[in-house]
Amino acid sequence: MTGIVTDAAMSTTLITSVPGTGSAVTGLADPAGAAGASFVLALALCLAAALVALVLPGRIRPAAAGALTAAAGAAAVVAGVRAVAGETWSAWLPDLLPLLGVRLGLDPLGGVFLAVTGAVAVCAAIYGIGYTRHGLSGRGVQAALPLFVAAMLLVPAAASVSTFLVAWELMAIASLLLVVAEHHKRAAVGEAGLWYAVMTHLGFAVILAGLAALAAVSGGDAFDRIREATPSAAAANLIFLATFAGFASKAGIVPLHVWLPRAHPEAPSQVSALMSAAMVNMGVYGVVRVGLDLLGGGPAWWWLLVLAAGALSALYGILQAVVASDLKRLLGHSTTENMGLVLIGVGAAGFFAASGSRVLAALALVAALLHVINHAAFKTLLFLAAGSVLHATGTRDLDALGGLRERMPYTTGLFALGALAASALPPGNGFVSEWLLLQSLVNSLPEGGVAHAVTMPLAVGVIALSAGLAIATFVKAFGVGFLARPRGEGAANAHESPPTMLGGMLLAGAACVALALAPTLLLPGLARAVSGVVGGTGDPVTVAGAATLRLEGIASTISPLLIAAWLVAALVLVLALPRLFAARRARRAARLWDCGAGPMTARMEYTATSFAEPLGRVFDDVLEPESDIDVTPLKESAYLVERVRFHARVPDRIERRLYEPVLAGFAVAGRAATRLANGSVHRYLAYGFYALTGALILLAVLT
Amino acid sequence: MIGAILQVVLVVAGAPLLVGLMRQVRARMEGRAGAGVLQPWRDLRKLLRKEAINPHGTGWVFRLAPLLLAATALVVTAVVPLVTTASPLDGVADLFAVTALLALGSVALALGGLDTGTAFGGMGASREVTVLALVEPTILLSVFALSVRVGSTNLGAIVTSTVNDPLAVISPVSALAAVTLAVVIIAETGRIPVDNPSTHLELTMIHEAMVLEYAGPDLALIEWASAIRLTVLLGLLGSLFAPWGIAAAGAGPVALLVAVLALAVKVGVLGALLAAGEVFMAKLRLFRIPELLAGSFLMALLAVAASFFLA
Repeated sequence: MTGIVTDAAMSTTLITSVPGTGSAVTGLADPAGAAGASFVLALALCLAAALVALVLPGRIRPAAAGALTAAAGAAAVVAGVRAVAGETWSAWLPDLLPLLGVRLGLDPLGGVFLAVTGAVAVCAAIYGIGYTRHGLSGRGVQAALPLFVAAMLLVPAAASVSTFLVAWELMAIASLLLVVAEHHKRAAVGEAGLWYAVMTHLGFAVILAGLAALAAVSGGDAFDRIREATPSAAAANLIFLATFAGFASKAGIVPLHVWLPRAHPEAPSQVSALMSAAMVNMGVYGVVRVGLDLLGGGPAWWWLLVLAAGALSALYGILQAVVASDLKRLLGHSTTENMGLVLIGVGAAGFFAASGSRVLAALALVAALLHVINHAAFKTLLFLAAGSVLHATGTRDLDALGGLRERMPYTTGLFALGALAASALPPGNGFVSEWLLLQSLVNSLPEGGVAHAVTMPLAVGVIALSAGLAIATFVKAFGVGFLARPRGEGAANAHESPPTMLGGMLLAGAACVALALAPTLLLPGLARAVSGVVGGTGDPVTVAGAATLRLEGIASTISPLLIAAWLVAALVLVLALPRLFAARRARRAARLWDCGAGPMTARMEYTATSFAEPLGRVFDDVLEPESDIDVTPLKESAYLVERVRFHARVPDRIERRLYEPVLAGFAVAGRAATRLANGSVHRYLAYGFYALTGALILLAVLT
Repeated sequence: MIGAILQVVLVVAGAPLLVGLMRQVRARMEGRAGAGVLQPWRDLRKLLRKEAINPHGTGWVFRLAPLLLAATALVVTAVVPLVTTASPLDGVADLFAVTALLALGSVALALGGLDTGTAFGGMGASREVTVLALVEPTILLSVFALSVRVGSTNLGAIVTSTVNDPLAVISPVSALAAVTLAVVIIAETGRIPVDNPSTHLELTMIHEAMVLEYAGPDLALIEWASAIRLTVLLGLLGSLFAPWGIAAAGAGPVALLVAVLALAVKVGVLGALLAAGEVFMAKLRLFRIPELLAGSFLMALLAVAASFFLA
């Protein structure tokens, strides 16, 4: 950083801009500082959106606030892309916060997350214009959304511990307000909000402790200062463990994931998209920033821990998703899975860096970042499409959906696109990043030690199993939710969404297609973001010839664009060839095969629960599904049955084993404590007296 | 280039013959006369002449599924080194991509089955996807085991390295991976003991339940694509573990002819072995299949471990 502030009292706002060449330019309006200018513009637009939402009347509030938030997102994308392209920017606003001031800075790593957040915000804000028109157009919700976006833009741009923590907490509070937006409609929202509030603040507490300790041992609050300091090994271990726990809870990593499948489904859908596609990424950002960048790598066991947590989350998340029959809950569990995959990449990167293979580390981290981007694109699309389904049918229960293919053709097509990407099949975008991740793991063996030989096959097995189960999950979500015939009243009366909602989804869908066909455009930027962190030399992934991905030091290649092109060519061929030989007769409508038992009804269809039953049975040791049968006999006779009711549910085992005992303990303690407060004023006065005397005695003894 | 075109044409034309050969082997071993090797082609011709059927309540997914299945089968045929290792598509898709493309075809068919809204369609789709989800990790792990020695997951590179170093085939890694891949191929193509291709009993069928509503040209496309998938996978097994005869880059017409003959012999022998095995075996219960696949997964893990410790 050049142009250092010498006198804090004198300067109110000093913004320096350092373009790639290194010559210092100061000021906002300068074109060389475009990254910083767009970032400031994005924040200003967010604030304007929040103000507009507070001031304008309810009728035009969603449109105005949504348009401004979308503009802010677009500005953030510009800032992020410019930061990734190598433009750095930093600012110190000493008067904004007491004591330490606000320090902001953009670098390629932060730029990646900034651009992703901005892009998700654009889609969600445009979608929100139509989605919030009925019931969600209140001042609070409309103003909280841009503030939430602003907080998420601030987190990757924070350049000091205090700024980071303030932005982190602002993000938590704004998202909490949005989660409980519909609390008057469903009781579950309040419960979800409570879980989220407690978990996010416990996470904040450990991050606060970890980062405060980091700032204390480094003798400074700014990230630049911390990078130069070398904390002792024990301190670094403690700091890493504390911050990792906090960041993992934000990313929905098992076993700290319990809030995620509650809060994400209960939030309004565009907020679910923001949380699931942008906010959870901040957990990953935190791990990379603190672990790899600020603490400079650390020992191998840190990263094996990260890798193990990621692997556990990937498997557990997708296993819960495969048996879930609530559409948005299923998507929430899938977020846990994908963040797990990302953490496998991050853990592998740290592990490779710790064992000295920088090129592989860079490759694994590029794969992880690319998966963050891909996941953001398809999860935005899927959550928005799920929101449209909820909007049109009033239900999220897959067992009551179906038959949306004719009633909501665009939403169906877009959800299919997202499901293709999420199941990591070509030509979807999820395939490219999982392929990169697999390559980085598969090719580590020849140079690694025994730890590699044990970890990498297991990690590959976990990724492969989660990929297989993800296919099953999304075949279920799309096949049961959208195809065949409607299974419920709501689905039968569904209607297509308004244009703004479709527009938001279309943008996310276009992003998915672009990422699927041309991931090669992103790779140089990602390589730059990664090289600043793991210090690799050269590009880990290069692009050769016709959009073929070539890896540094590995002979495997793949070309997503050509796979798609050849698939299309083959489709045309199989469409055309049989026409030459086949009889040219019109397609004839016919009855479905109903075993001769008369017309089929919707009740005979497979539901999501029945679809997932075989997998639930295969994995019953892990999932422990519960079922019981209630038989109610008629009053007159024990032999005639009035009603038979079958319940089946798959509880979250981790929650049951880990959280419920603690909660029960608190409840017991709380009940026991009520005896202390029995309403007698004399008793309370006595408490005060004893406490004061006790404190005085203690002071007397100590001094 | 010529080799690749030859390979696609050969597989496309020969796949129904392989199915015919396998049925004939079974028939003879069971003491029947059999319908002849050409019967699948006659069936296809008959089906193609019929009119296409739109069952009530089905939509674009139902009609797209057979096309996508056939398209993925064709692309995979062009990628996998069967006649030549120098396919122009070799750098486009590696073994991971081939696996994923085959899975895409299965997914398309499962969605087609779900789109009918019948209990059969849903049941077939559910079972197919369950098997697919369990097969996927095994395939990827055996790919891992095979690629360690070569340092690449591209099929051309793996096969070429085996051609150059034939002794690698008898290593424990290779043997374990071969057994694993064989189990996986049986599961993926729906043969006994995982699925019975000639059953129409609702309690047991997997693949047939999904395609129950298809008729005419659509069914022809599905049958033909399934035959191609079987041929390609058997051919892949042959190429990975017995890569002799495969033409290298720039091979002349004689070498290509030899390669074609070698492929026909390899696939024919493997198909006949598979058919003979089916005669002596009964289908597994549906919920025993995961145990079989878990066993093959374990073997794949052993193969990877062996590839490290024996390297």
